Amino acid sequence: MDVTQTAAVAPATPVEERRPLVEMRDIRVSFGGVHAVDGVSVDLYPGEVVGLVGGNGAGKSTLIRTLSGARPADSGQILVNGEPVTIHNPRDARAYGIETIYQTLALADNLDAAANLFLGRELRTRTGALDDVAMEAATRGVISRLNPRFKNFKVPVKSLSGGQRQSVAIARAVHFDARILIMDEPTAALGPAETAQVRDLITQLKREGLGIFLISHDIHDVFDLADRISVMLQGKLVGTVDKDAVTKDEVLGMIIMGKLPGALTSQEEEQLH
Amino acid sequence: MSTPTEGTLVEPTTPAPVTGTEPGGTRRAGFASLGIDTRLLGMVGALVIIWVVFHVATGGRFITAQNLWNLSVQTSVVAIMATGMVLIIVSRNIDLSVGSVMGFVGIGMALLQARILPNDLGLGLENPLTLPITLAVGLLVGALIGAFHGFLVAYIGVPAFIVTLGGLLVWRGLAWALASGQTVAPMDTTFRKLGGGADGAVGETTTWIIAGVACVAIVLLLANSRRQRRRVGFEARPLWADAAIGVAGCAVVIIACWVANSYFLPENLARAYALRNDIPWPEEGTLQIPFGIAYPVIIAIGVAIVMTYIATRRRFGRYVFAIGGNPDAAELGGINTRRTILLSFALMGVLCAIAAAVQIARLNAGPSSLGTLAELSVIAAAVIGGTSFAGGIGTVPGAVLGALVMQSLQSGMVLMRVDAPIQDVAAGSVLVFAVAVDTILRRRST
Repeated sequence: MDVTQTAAVAPATPVEERRPLVEMRDIRVSFGGVHAVDGVSVDLYPGEVVGLVGGNGAGKSTLIRTLSGARPADSGQILVNGEPVTIHNPRDARAYGIETIYQTLALADNLDAAANLFLGRELRTRTGALDDVAMEAATRGVISRLNPRFKNFKVPVKSLSGGQRQSVAIARAVHFDARILIMDEPTAALGPAETAQVRDLITQLKREGLGIFLISHDIHDVFDLADRISVMLQGKLVGTVDKDAVTKDEVLGMIIMGKLPGALTSQEEEQLH
Repeated sequence: MSTPTEGTLVEPTTPAPVTGTEPGGTRRAGFASLGIDTRLLGMVGALVIIWVVFHVATGGRFITAQNLWNLSVQTSVVAIMATGMVLIIVSRNIDLSVGSVMGFVGIGMALLQARILPNDLGLGLENPLTLPITLAVGLLVGALIGAFHGFLVAYIGVPAFIVTLGGLLVWRGLAWALASGQTVAPMDTTFRKLGGGADGAVGETTTWIIAGVACVAIVLLLANSRRQRRRVGFEARPLWADAAIGVAGCAVVIIACWVANSYFLPENLARAYALRNDIPWPEEGTLQIPFGIAYPVIIAIGVAIVMTYIATRRRFGRYVFAIGGNPDAAELGGINTRRTILLSFALMGVLCAIAAAVQIARLNAGPSSLGTLAELSVIAAAVIGGTSFAGGIGTVPGAVLGALVMQSLQSGMVLMRVDAPIQDVAAGSVLVFAVAVDTILRRRST
C-alpha cells in the first residue's frame, strides 16, 4: 500500500487489517500539456466512505473518471481486491462492480426510468427482445425503496424533477450489486429533503459493506459522511486524513493552501477565517 | 400536469387510477388511458382532412378505390426508406445519399437481371433463380454501401452530412457510369410483381386472408400485453380501452382490404386473367376481378412492422434512441455507440436496396435517373412523421404516415392538374408548416 501521505495523521484503524477494495497507484492523466492528475494514489476499504475534495480543477473528477472507465489513465495502476485490473471503458468498470453516479447523471432524457436504469444491461426475453415489463417491474422495486413517492415510470426522465432524476441515477448504480460506488457531487442539484435522502442512502450502503468515493466541493457534506478525506490540489494529492483526527479548518487549509494539518502555521490558520 | 412543484417531492396528480374495468373518472382521463400516441392520432386526422379536401376539390375523384390503391403503391418506395431514416435522424445523423444509393443499387439490379444473369451467366430469360439472386446481390451491396458510410461516420468521425453528401454525388455518378447513362430494360416477369401493376397484387382471396391474419394478430398482441402486465402485477389498461383499440385496428385493416378489393382489373387485363384461369367471359357486361393488395404495399407494411420491432423491442433500437437522447450517457452506459451507428447506416442501405427493387419493378426498367431527389421525400416523410432533428425522438409508423401525407399531397395536386413547380412550392411549404406546428405543440407540452 502506498498512501505515505497519511503518515502525518493517524490512519483509520478498524479497516487497516482488511484488504482494500480499490487501490489507485500513481495515476496520471494529462490533457495536452496539462497534468490534470499527477501521480495520485488513493485507496478505499469495504464499508468506508472516502471523501475526495478539492477546488475547481483540482483533478478529482478526472481521477475518478479513470476508475469509472470514462477516461482511462495515461499511466498508473488500479487494483481491485488486490488484483491489478485494466479499465478501458465503462463496461470494464462495471464488470469489476464499480458503479458511478455522474454529476450530470448521464441519463438519456428521451427514455423512461426503466430504460435508463437498464441502459447497456437490458433484460431480454428468450427471443432476444427487450423485456420491458420485467425491467419496469425491477425498476419499480428498486426506485420505490429509494424514493417511495416516485410514480412516473412511463414518462421520459426529461419531465421528472431533479430529485426524481437523481433517484433514477442512484437506482441504476445500486441495482446491479455494486461493491464500489463513485458519487460525483450527488447532492449538488438537490433540495434539503432530497439531500437528506441521499445521505441516508449513503449511510445505509456503507453499512451493507460497499466502498464509496464521494466527490464534493461541499466540505460539510464530506465531513458528515466520509470516514477519510483525500484532498487534491492542482492535480496532486495533498494528503489523505482520518476525518476524526482533523478539523474542518485543517481540511480547508489542505484544500486552499495544499498543506497538511501539522504544517499549517498559526498565521495561515488565521487567514482561513 | 407532470411538473412537480420546484424543490419538493410532491407528486403530480396522476390520472384516475386505471384498475379493472372501471373507466377513468373524466373524459380526459378516459382518453389518456387508451395510451395512444396523440401525435400519431393528429397525423391521421390531418391525413383525413387532406383526403376530404382533395376529394371535394377534384369533384369526387380522390377517395376512390382506384386512386387510393395507386396512392398506396406510390407511397411504398418512400415509406420503405423513411422507416430507416427515422433511426438515422434519431441518432443525430442524416443520410443524404439514399436517393443515389437507391439509384446505384437499382440500376445494378436491373443490369443483373436484364443482361448479366440471362446473357453473361447463361441463365436465360425468365429463370426462376433470377429474382432471388438479383435481390440477394442488391441487398448485400446496399448493406455494404451503408456500412461503409457508417464506418466513415462512426469510426473515422467524418460528419454524416459530409459523408452522405459525398455519397450522394459518388453513387449518382457511379449509377450513371454503370449503364453508361442508358435505361436498362426490361425486368424479369416475376421480379416485376414486386412493383405492383396488373400481376403485382395478391388478389381477392389472399387479401381477405391477410385481413383475417392481421386482425387475429392485433387481438393476440393486445391480449399478450395484458397478460405480461398482469404477470408482474401492474395495472393493465382497462378492458374497454383495449377493446376499443382492437376494434379500431381491425376496422382499419378490414376497410383497407375492402378498398383494395374494390379496385378491379381493367377490361383487357380482366380478359387475359379470365383466359388464364379458364373463367368464361360473360355475354354482357364485364368480369369484376379485384386487384387486392399490391405487393409493394405488402413489402412496405412488412418493412414497417419489422422496423417498428427493431426500433422499440430490440436492444439495437433502444441504443439508437439512447444515443440520440444523450450520446455521453449512452457511452457511459457501456453501449458500443460506434457499432450502433455503423449498423444503422447499413440498415439504411438495405432499405434503399429494397426500395430500389420495388421501383425498378414498378417502372419495368432501371433508368439512370432512378431515385433522384428521393432523399428529400424520405427526409421530409420522416420529419413530418414527428422525427426530431434534435435527436432521440421519432417513430416508424409516424414516418410511414408522413410518407403517405406527402404522397397524398402530390397525388391530389396531380389530379387537380396543378403545375409541377407549384406542387413543389406546396410540398415545401407543408413540410415547414408541419414541423413548425409540431415544434410549437411540443414546446407547450414540456
